[in-house]
Amino acid sequence: MSGVRVLVGTRKGAFVLRADGTRKNWDVSGPFFGGWEVFHVKGSPVDPNRIYASQSTSWFGQLIQRSDDGGLTWNPVGNQFLYDGVPGTHQWYDGTPHPWEFARVWHLEPSLSDPDTVWAGVEDAALFRSVDGGMNWSELSGLRGHDTGSAWQPGAGGMCLHTIIVSPKDPRRIFVAISSAGAFRSDDEGTTWRPINHGLHSEGLPDEDAEVGHCVHRIALHPSNPDVLYMQKHWDVMRSDNAGDSWSEVSGNLPSDFGFAIDVHAHEPETVYVIPITSDSEHFPPEGKLRVYRSRSGGNEWEPLANGLPQEHCYVDVLRDAMAVDTLDDCGVYFGTTGGQVYGSANSGDSWEPIVRDLPAVLSVEVQTLA
Amino acid sequence: MIRVVLPAHLKMLANVSGEVEVDVAGTPSPASVIDALEAHFPMLLGTIRDPVTQQRRRFVRFYACEKDLSLEPIDVTLPEDVQRGREPFFVIGAMAGG
Repeated sequence: MSGVRVLVGTRKGAFVLRADGTRKNWDVSGPFFGGWEVFHVKGSPVDPNRIYASQSTSWFGQLIQRSDDGGLTWNPVGNQFLYDGVPGTHQWYDGTPHPWEFARVWHLEPSLSDPDTVWAGVEDAALFRSVDGGMNWSELSGLRGHDTGSAWQPGAGGMCLHTIIVSPKDPRRIFVAISSAGAFRSDDEGTTWRPINHGLHSEGLPDEDAEVGHCVHRIALHPSNPDVLYMQKHWDVMRSDNAGDSWSEVSGNLPSDFGFAIDVHAHEPETVYVIPITSDSEHFPPEGKLRVYRSRSGGNEWEPLANGLPQEHCYVDVLRDAMAVDTLDDCGVYFGTTGGQVYGSANSGDSWEPIVRDLPAVLSVEVQTLA
Repeated sequence: MIRVVLPAHLKMLANVSGEVEVDVAGTPSPASVIDALEAHFPMLLGTIRDPVTQQRRRFVRFYACEKDLSLEPIDVTLPEDVQRGREPFFVIGAMAGG
């Protein structure tokens, strides 16, 4: 029977939530790596038993954990993330040059075709790849070495590469996003890169339409139409119909276009989900009402989805990697909050139920759909 | 044989409880003890020392015989009581909230 496995990274460990295809009764296991921050956990699309997890603390640094049995057991693999060559500098908060320093892995993106290949997006922003199941990591330094690299600056949360998308139609094409440098695209498997930020408009920049410097929070696409990208920027929800060559705003009637998470329905390429957050200083839902917003038209027209979600006194945040969808016939949508709740919908967002309520602050949510 | 007390996070990672013991070639120092620890417990690689600089991580401290050795050179000779196994070498996660 089909089922789902929800992989949850939190401030104090990882959790694995399992259910059959009805998605009514959940088995919760964890914490794995208790006490450690787990920024991201993600499974291989071609071998669901292969799962990678990013585990770190400020005390003891970065570890990468790998499971080969669907999250039942884990083993540490390679954790040497060495910048290629002389790392050089980027801009610090005060505008002075600051040496590139590895801090942690924000995002792990397993290959669409090979379970041993996985990309890692790290802070300070860089892209690494392993082709041996996470044992060894090499930087794709053409990104950091881009002409603009020395001008990149961290956002409040650090200078992190948090989004990695490999095009399902062309494995040579890779999209990444960096806070706060912006979005970049490679068409040659990560060797060379170019900024894809035309159309982004950020009031926090001296040049509001600058080539780089935009605080992109998250990008998503539908596998059947990988030239259409959706972006949740610091402020503004954006859409590109040409693989990022240009962007237009599709915030439409959202109550706030600030937010972090964005995702696309598994079977409807024009159905998009966002979770509006009040503002860049008020990281909680507008009016204390937790609502997912869904557009069935690729943006601009949004409907609130509140059935089953708290509609008073709710002041949690939903972080950039904390929303995901499954691929069952009736698409499941999941998100986790900084209050430790993981909510799931088994009907494309029409209604929601909490799967767990009291985890540590949720940093990431990913879903595996199991045959 | 050098006795080493690891912090709870690293005990969990290394799948050990209580003290661990490592053989150290030559004159024991924090650096050589960590070399031996990493050889015996490869999962600890990079957790005590930065893998690039090989320097102690800033929130890790080294104690022995009621002394803080953290700010000493990492190749400083460990006290005789540690060398002879009468006292352990402590790897400590610095106190902090959260």
